[in-house]
Amino acid sequence: MNVLIKFLKRPVASSLLAILLGFAVAAAILATTGFNPFETFGTLFYGALGKPKYITNVIIKATPILLTGVSVAFAFQTGLFNRGGEGQYVRGTSCATIVGVTCNFPAPIQIPLVVLSGALGGALLGALVGFLKAHFGIHEVITSIMTNWIMLYLCNFVVSTEAFHKPNSNTALTVNPSSYTMVLPQWKMSDEGIDYLLKVPWLRDILLKTDLNFGFVVAIFVAVLAGILLTRTKLGYELRAVGFNPEAARFTGIGVKRSVVTCMLISGGICGLAGALNITGISPHTITTLASQEGYGFNGLSVAFIAGCSTVGCIPASLLFSGLTYGGMTVQQMMGVPSEIINIMIGVIVFFTALPAMAPKIATWLERRKKARQSIDTDANAGEA
Amino acid sequence: MDKVVLLLGITLMYSTPLVFGALGGVISERSGVTNIGIEGMMVIGAITAATTSYFTGNPWLAFLAAGAAGAVVALLHAVASVSFAADQTVSGVAINLLAPGIALFSCRRFFDGGATTPIVTKLPKVFGDGWMADTPWANLNVNVSTLIAFLACVIMWFVLYKTKWGLRVRAVGEHPAAADTLGIDVYKTRYVCVLVSGVLAGFGGASVTIGIISQFTPTAIAGQGFIALAAVIFGKWTPFGTYGACLLFGATQALTIILGGGQSIIPSSILAMLPYVMTIIVLVLFVGRSVAPKADGVPYIKGSR
Repeated sequence: MNVLIKFLKRPVASSLLAILLGFAVAAAILATTGFNPFETFGTLFYGALGKPKYITNVIIKATPILLTGVSVAFAFQTGLFNRGGEGQYVRGTSCATIVGVTCNFPAPIQIPLVVLSGALGGALLGALVGFLKAHFGIHEVITSIMTNWIMLYLCNFVVSTEAFHKPNSNTALTVNPSSYTMVLPQWKMSDEGIDYLLKVPWLRDILLKTDLNFGFVVAIFVAVLAGILLTRTKLGYELRAVGFNPEAARFTGIGVKRSVVTCMLISGGICGLAGALNITGISPHTITTLASQEGYGFNGLSVAFIAGCSTVGCIPASLLFSGLTYGGMTVQQMMGVPSEIINIMIGVIVFFTALPAMAPKIATWLERRKKARQSIDTDANAGEA
Repeated sequence: MDKVVLLLGITLMYSTPLVFGALGGVISERSGVTNIGIEGMMVIGAITAATTSYFTGNPWLAFLAAGAAGAVVALLHAVASVSFAADQTVSGVAINLLAPGIALFSCRRFFDGGATTPIVTKLPKVFGDGWMADTPWANLNVNVSTLIAFLACVIMWFVLYKTKWGLRVRAVGEHPAAADTLGIDVYKTRYVCVLVSGVLAGFGGASVTIGIISQFTPTAIAGQGFIALAAVIFGKWTPFGTYGACLLFGATQALTIILGGGQSIIPSSILAMLPYVMTIIVLVLFVGRSVAPKADGVPYIKGSR
């Protein structure tokens, strides 16, 4: 009991409790609409973790939302609400594609060049939002939403230009293969590689049937780095001070305006990086004409909130999010359950993480009940004596 | 001349859902509750309106049902943000995740797995169907929901600035503790405001599915709720300012459609950016610093300092 009370007081308990409630609500909805919840959840787990290929795809799909999640969490901790992850992500993909198509250096130069140009694109866009807030007082949420749409159409414009358009398609030209960040991209397609992989089925499953790439490693690195930057450096201290109380921060000599721009620059850069890594890491290695927002930025919000806005916490949160959505596709295919049940589930999880006081409140209640019972016991003992 | 009338007509048509959504944002935020969930409430309104209109054939009933459905979703937000002092941004984002999920899930349940509803009966036009049907003026014969949106704006202005209750709402949004000492029930006021905001957002969703297009599709509500939110800030949290902002958004959208119609030297994707670029420019040049209600987004906990 004591262990349980102690556990409930830790921040991670709120997240776990919320996840549990998410499953419970989804089970209730499934049961009332005529599906077997246990069978559905079984299929969900199978669809996310059942085969090496599934697990790999979950990791691949977790990469961009881990980064956009870190971006949101980072900005949130410094008092800014970056709703522009969507646009910064798209800017990252466009910039990476432009550079990846135009330049063709050997891989050790090409890959950093392409990836960093995407990050830079996102960073500059983020900095613009920060600049408009710092110097003109325009709410970052408005400018973020506007830039999301501007970047979507800018991406479509890049696709349509003569220099980058791939004839008879709705995509741009693919980036040069030297930009690819998959694991062993050439070897796995060579005769020698295929011969070897035929003998090792699980490895073949992972390497040939998916775009396994180094993006997730980079993303984890960025998540940890962002956490260190915020909590262990002077810059991070200043950024958080501005978020907590801008007036007090200004009084201690921190440049508030500069801080806002810096924060949005970093936050936007992380989203841009997410876009660039998707271009270098997964097919079709280029940008496509977009009809609507793809949701990477928006899903980043959910990831960050499930993680309680801890940058490192985004790692498990992004895997959970991606596992649920990827497994949800199998649920729809195999059982005919509309995959929207997953969106409902994630919505419920985020909703309950909005109530951070929930788990500690339960802890206090348990504690009080225990004390009450103890006092009854002692009273009883006293009576017997 | 034709073009001007057409521009006006399209402007009014496109701004209507935004006006409803934005007014919902105004009332909620004036009482101190940030409502990012407008988009989600609009989606729920949109599916409810289309489904009700399909099964009853009565668009007016559908319109009211959409408002009620919006209020039910808003109740979730109110419970979290008023009673549980939750992070209002997070709760709003959760609603935006939940609502499209619920909308599509129920759409698939009601209509044999389809992501869209069949064509349903729309709300009538202001002057009926026959009004100058063959003249250019016909474009001004807008859907009745446009008129309702304008009336809602006038009513909200009157309530907020000319009634005792409106004064209380504004007091709660600026300084809940002070309002509390004067005997105003902060929690009740906020609950009512968030619920009203849900009703309006629900109407906004309905004005798309039974006002503009005549069915529910997964992209019927695609960002209008967020643009409405931008209009709230743009309009500095006042009903008429917000209405103007919505008209501006509608007008830029209409301009894009008209300019894109003929032979145009500007690529269509660049043209499509226009509304959003113009918004930022207008904000920088004319609007400047916008100050939210002081207690906006801050949960009120009785007795805390």
